[in-house]
Amino acid sequence: MSTMIAPTTGTHPVRAWSGVPVLVGVLVLAFLLHIAVGAKQLSLGTVIEALTNFDQTVFDHVIVRNLRLPRAVLAVIVGASLSLAGALMQGVTRNPLADPALLGLTSGAAFAVVIATRVFGLSSMLFIPWIAMLGALGAALVVYLIARLVPGGATPLSLTLSGAAISAFLSAVISVVHLLDQDTFENLRVWLTGGLAGRDITLLLYVGPPIALALIGGVLLAPRVTVLAMGDEVAQGLGVKTGALKMQLLAVVVVLTACSVALAGPLGFIGLVIPHVVRLYVGSDYRWIVPYAALAGAVYLLGVDTIARIAIPPREISTGIITAMIGAPLFVQLVRRRTR
Amino acid sequence: MSGSATTQQTLRLEGIGLSIGYGGTNVLDNVDLAIPTGEITILIGPNGCGKSTLLKTMARILTPSNGSVLLDGKDIHRLDTKGVAAKLGLLPQGPIAPEGLTVRELVAQGRFPHQTLLRQWTRADEDAVNGAMDIAGITDFADRSVDTLSGGQRQRCWVAMVLAQETDLILFDEPTTFLDLKVQVDLMDLLAGLAHQRGRTLVIVLHELSLAAAYADHLVMMKEGQIVATGTPDDIFTAARLKEVFGLDAKVLRDPDNGRMVCVPSGSRMRSAAPVTAS
Repeated sequence: MSTMIAPTTGTHPVRAWSGVPVLVGVLVLAFLLHIAVGAKQLSLGTVIEALTNFDQTVFDHVIVRNLRLPRAVLAVIVGASLSLAGALMQGVTRNPLADPALLGLTSGAAFAVVIATRVFGLSSMLFIPWIAMLGALGAALVVYLIARLVPGGATPLSLTLSGAAISAFLSAVISVVHLLDQDTFENLRVWLTGGLAGRDITLLLYVGPPIALALIGGVLLAPRVTVLAMGDEVAQGLGVKTGALKMQLLAVVVVLTACSVALAGPLGFIGLVIPHVVRLYVGSDYRWIVPYAALAGAVYLLGVDTIARIAIPPREISTGIITAMIGAPLFVQLVRRRTR
Repeated sequence: MSGSATTQQTLRLEGIGLSIGYGGTNVLDNVDLAIPTGEITILIGPNGCGKSTLLKTMARILTPSNGSVLLDGKDIHRLDTKGVAAKLGLLPQGPIAPEGLTVRELVAQGRFPHQTLLRQWTRADEDAVNGAMDIAGITDFADRSVDTLSGGQRQRCWVAMVLAQETDLILFDEPTTFLDLKVQVDLMDLLAGLAHQRGRTLVIVLHELSLAAAYADHLVMMKEGQIVATGTPDDIFTAARLKEVFGLDAKVLRDPDNGRMVCVPSGSRMRSAAPVTAS
């Protein structure tokens, strides 16, 4: 973004730029707050000290470093990834309802992980990102092919319908696997509701690089998504290789979704809601929507996960449940505003 | 098939022996089309005659099964597509802007062929966008959302987007469809100004016969995938041709004021010579 010379396009150029430092500030605040609250409340000062001037003899510092920091980092990465993936998908499919979950990617990734665990007895976490990626890609292709077979081709409507059908089907199969095998069910129960508790942070070593590449790729491709959102023929007339661009975007979305699923299980609603919230402020140019969605998604998941940890102490609600509980009414409110 | 019209200047866009087929039938059948530079070429013909297909093939959106399209003497389908976009613009039929996109944002997308990853937005881009909005007469609502505008205003926004592309050649696929007659005329006046005052070369697919006859420098009539006649409206826009190409019984009259041709269908139930839309 720093390479742009003058942000003169857009309705709210000043607003568009001025929002970046504000949002980054909110992100830092949410990050620190997320670390501070919990079973043992820590002051923000302690948190900052633990992060900047770590002393391993101080018990609070150890809590921050070993227990809470990894989870906050996870929330930032997963929130940004899912939200950015959702924004890209809404642009490519020209469908305001598109998000990784609705188009079958999330359940495809979850399905692949469940099958791999159940049928092949895979237990190493190292394989999970790759299996999830295969599952997400497979589901994306199946959804697309089914939509293609519908008279009229892969329209927003046919993509949504086939995505919903595939999601429902894969979820049903996951349920069957659970019913047949209590052990797998117990192992994956928490994972499948989606959440950030007790996740294996070492997984980040493996999924970190692809996620970083995909996030950068998504932001770089964002200006073309606006062109693509005006229709294939307009985009081709402007010199966009629409087929190749869609493949690149699919790769970005699949990597982000699959890695998020591997890290935190299938979390819904973030990819759907956050891009719409962002649109209210930056308009309809994906050049702005995409980077803003990534920042806002990270803030949202940090906030949601904070609530999940403190809502009913001493127990904790699964983050995936809270994202939907907060996301659904938020979305209803958005729809009301837009249809006014 | 008649030969191509004489071109005063160098030929920039030309289709040679173009054929496209779907499932055994040829939508285009060995079509030759030379586009006169700096003029308005208008393609007309009945539904399904292949005029839109021909336009998309000339714009490299469709690839012909036989024949080739030459842009400045080079096969357009082998050229770098972004490079082509800096020379040739296309406005497809019935484009839809993403919800909430403002007029200025829409027009700015026309600068895509001139941008690179590192050079995103320059003074030249800014000037091109402002100039295009000025020509299209949409500067007053530059910051409004495209989907809040009327059909005619919206179409002007799209024209401005193609203008911002700053290409000498521009192809339009039925730009007047679904617009009121007055708005159609305004839009055609805008396009005529582009060609005759600003030296752009335009190729337009049109449904409205009288508009086509009034605005074409160079008229191309198509039927069943072939070009039946090309020439000036004066030469080829005749009652006999309309009967041959469209199966339409009509009179062709000449406006006594400006000499333009007008087509008046003589349908069996028609009682007076009302202005006509032939869609």
